[in-house]
Amino acid sequence: MATDTEVLNEVVESDYKYGFVSSIEQDIIAKGLSEDVVRFISAKKDEPEWLLEWRLAAFRRWVEMPEPTWSNVHYPKIDFQEIIYWAAPKQKELLGSLDEVDPELLETFAKLGIPLEEQKVLAGVAVDAVFDSVSVKTTFQAALKEKGVIFCPLSEAVKTHPELVKKYLGSVVAATDNYYSALNSAVFSDGSFVYIPNGVRCPMELSTYFRINARNTGQFERTLIIADEGSYVSYLEGCTAPMRDENQLHAAVVELIAHKDAEIKYSTVQNWYPGDKNGKGGIYNFVTKRGICEGSGSKISWTQVETGSAITWKYPSVILKGDNSIGEFYSVAVTNNHQQADTGTKMTHIGNNTRSRIVSKGISAGVSQNSYRGLVKVLKKAQNARNYSQCDSLLLGDKCGAHTFPYIEVANSNAIVEHEATTSKIGEDILFYCNQRGISTEDAVALIVNGYCKDVLNQLPMEFAVEAQKLLAISLEGSVG
Amino acid sequence: MSSLIEIKNLRAGIEGREILKGISLSVQPGEVHAIMGPNGSGKSTLASVLAGKSEYEVLGGSVEFLGQDLLEMNAEDRARAGLFLAFQYPVEIPGVSTANFLKTAVTQIRKFRNQPALGPAEFLALMREKMKLVEMDQSFLSRSLNEGFSGGEKKRNEIFQMAMLEPKLSVMDETDSGLDIDALKIVADGVNTLRNSDNAFVVITHYQRLLNHIVPDVVHVLWDGRIVKSGGKELALELEEKGYDWIKAESAVEA
Repeated sequence: MATDTEVLNEVVESDYKYGFVSSIEQDIIAKGLSEDVVRFISAKKDEPEWLLEWRLAAFRRWVEMPEPTWSNVHYPKIDFQEIIYWAAPKQKELLGSLDEVDPELLETFAKLGIPLEEQKVLAGVAVDAVFDSVSVKTTFQAALKEKGVIFCPLSEAVKTHPELVKKYLGSVVAATDNYYSALNSAVFSDGSFVYIPNGVRCPMELSTYFRINARNTGQFERTLIIADEGSYVSYLEGCTAPMRDENQLHAAVVELIAHKDAEIKYSTVQNWYPGDKNGKGGIYNFVTKRGICEGSGSKISWTQVETGSAITWKYPSVILKGDNSIGEFYSVAVTNNHQQADTGTKMTHIGNNTRSRIVSKGISAGVSQNSYRGLVKVLKKAQNARNYSQCDSLLLGDKCGAHTFPYIEVANSNAIVEHEATTSKIGEDILFYCNQRGISTEDAVALIVNGYCKDVLNQLPMEFAVEAQKLLAISLEGSVG
Repeated sequence: MSSLIEIKNLRAGIEGREILKGISLSVQPGEVHAIMGPNGSGKSTLASVLAGKSEYEVLGGSVEFLGQDLLEMNAEDRARAGLFLAFQYPVEIPGVSTANFLKTAVTQIRKFRNQPALGPAEFLALMREKMKLVEMDQSFLSRSLNEGFSGGEKKRNEIFQMAMLEPKLSVMDETDSGLDIDALKIVADGVNTLRNSDNAFVVITHYQRLLNHIVPDVVHVLWDGRIVKSGGKELALELEEKGYDWIKAESAVEA
C-alpha cells in the first residue's frame, strides 16, 4: 500500500501536470507592475517571443487606459502598484487530520454534502487512502485523449499547440477590450485550454475534475475554449466549497469560440470569500467573459451561480455572428451583508435568425446591493432576431437594494425583443405562513429561494445543481428573522 | 378530561394598542367553538396571537396547549405541536409548488412528532387521498402555492393542508369569507370529515351561514377584545336575526 506521502505527491504532481500548481518554487518578485514585471512573468513561463510582445502591447495600452467607474459598485481605489504579480504557489503545510481544520469550514462542507475524502483535499489535509479523483483523473485523460480532446493549462497549450493559441487568444476579448482585460492580458497567470475537434461530443462534463484542481489558478486567470464544427462541450468552473484566497483582486478573462453547429455550455459556481458581516475583506471579482457563435447553427450557453466575493462585476456575453446561432445566459446572483454585484450579459445579434435568452435572478439580503445590467443589441443586417429576457429580483428584508439596467438597441425592424421583470420580497407574511405550517424560517427561505431559482439551477450539471441549492441556503443563513 | 387549550385572561396588542382585553376560553377535545363578532372586535388578532405572529405583543394572561405553555413556543413549534391556522388571506408563494411546500411541512412536523419520514410514494398517495376531501384537482399540486388560485381555491387549499398536517386544534379565521355557497359546502364537508373525538376547532366567522354546515357546540361573541356572551348554537341564529347591537347594548349596561 502506498504511504500517505506517496499518494499525496501523486495528487500534487498530477495537479502540476494540469498546471493548476506552478512548477517554479521559491520565486518572489517585488510588488508593483512595470514592463520588467511583464517580461519577468513571460520569462518564468518560458513563453515564445510573440506572446511576450502580446503581453507588452496589452500592458502599454493598459497604462494609458482610465480605470472604469460606470458600474453600480463602490470600493476604495485599487493601488495596482501594491499588488504582487508573480508569486510562486505556496506549498501549504498539510494538516494531520480533519480534526485540525477550522470547524466552521467543516460544517460548511457537511452542509454541502461534499464527500469526506474530497473535504480533506480541499482543506489541505494529508490524504490517507488512495484518493478517488486520482483514478478518476486517469480515466478522464484516457477518454479525452481517445476523442482527440485537448484539455490542459493554457501555458502548456502555448508550447504544445501554439498555432491554436496564437489564432484564438484575444480573438473574442481583445487584449485592449477593457481596463481589466488589458491588465489580465499583460500579467495572466494561467488557466485552462480546451479544444474539441470536429464532430466530437466531449465524453464527460469537464467538472468533477475541476473541483479538485481549481485551486491556485492565481488571480489573473485566463481560459480559452474552442469547439470545432459540430462538437459539444460542457465545462464547469469553480467550486461550491468556500474558497479561501489571499488575493483581493481577481481579473479573469474567458473566451469561447463555437464553430458551425458546435455547442459550448459554460457553468460557473462562484463562492469566493465575500468579506465578513461588516463588509471587511473579501474578493473583488472583475471578470470579462465572452463567447462568439462564429459558425451557423452554433450555441453558447452561460450559467452562473454567484454567491461569493465582496464585489462581483461581470457580464458573460455572446456575439451571435453565425446565422441561426443561439446565445443563452442563466444567472443567479446572491448578495448578503455588504456584498455588491453588478452582473448581467450582452447579446449581440449579427447573423440572421439568431436567438438569445436571458434569465437573471437576483437575490439581495442584508444591506447588499444587487444590479442586473444587460444589453441586447440587434445589428441592422441581422434579420429575424429574437430575444427574450426575464430579470427577477428578490429582496430579503428592507435594507438591501435591487437594480435593473436593461439596455436594448435594435437597428432592424423585424427583430422581436421581449423583456419581463419582476421584483418580489420575502416578507414577514410569507415567513409567518411557512412557520405556521411547521417550517422554520431558515428552511422557508431555502424553499422559496430554490423555487425562485429553479429555472437557472436546472441548467447546471446534475451533481452541482444539488450542491448549488444548498449553497444558496447557506449564503442566506441568518439573513432574515 | 383535560382541556385541549386553556386560555386565561389573555391580553394582547399591536404597536402599543391593546386589542384583546382579557379573553378566557377553554376547548375540550371533540368540540367545535364558534367565535363571532363585529369587525374590529379582535377575532383575527386572537387567531394571530394563538399562532404566534411576532408583530403581536402579549400583555398578560396565559395559554396552555396540550399541557404546554403555548406563549413560550415559537410559531413553528406551535404548528408542529398541533396548532393549525386556516388563514383568512392565504399568501402566494411563487416558484414553490403546493406539493413541495407540503412535503417540507409534513417532513418537519413528522420529525418533531417522532414519526418516521414518509417515502415519496406514500406521500403522494396521502396527498391524493386528502385532496378528495375538498374536491381539489391534482393539477394544483404542481402549481405554485396559491399563485393564481381563486379565492375559493385558496380556502380549499387551506383545508387540504389542514387534512395533511393532522392538527389537534384548528383555528379557522373567516374561512367562509369570499366563498360562494358551493365552495362553502365543500369546505364545511371537508372539516366535518376531519372532526373526531381527539381534535377540536375554533371557527371564527362573521356570519351564521357557515355554522349551518359546521355545527358548533359553543358560540362566543367577541366584542371590544372581550368575550361578552357565550351560548349554544342557537345564539348564532339570534345574532343573525338581531345583529350585534343588542349585545353591545347589553354589555354596555353590564359595564
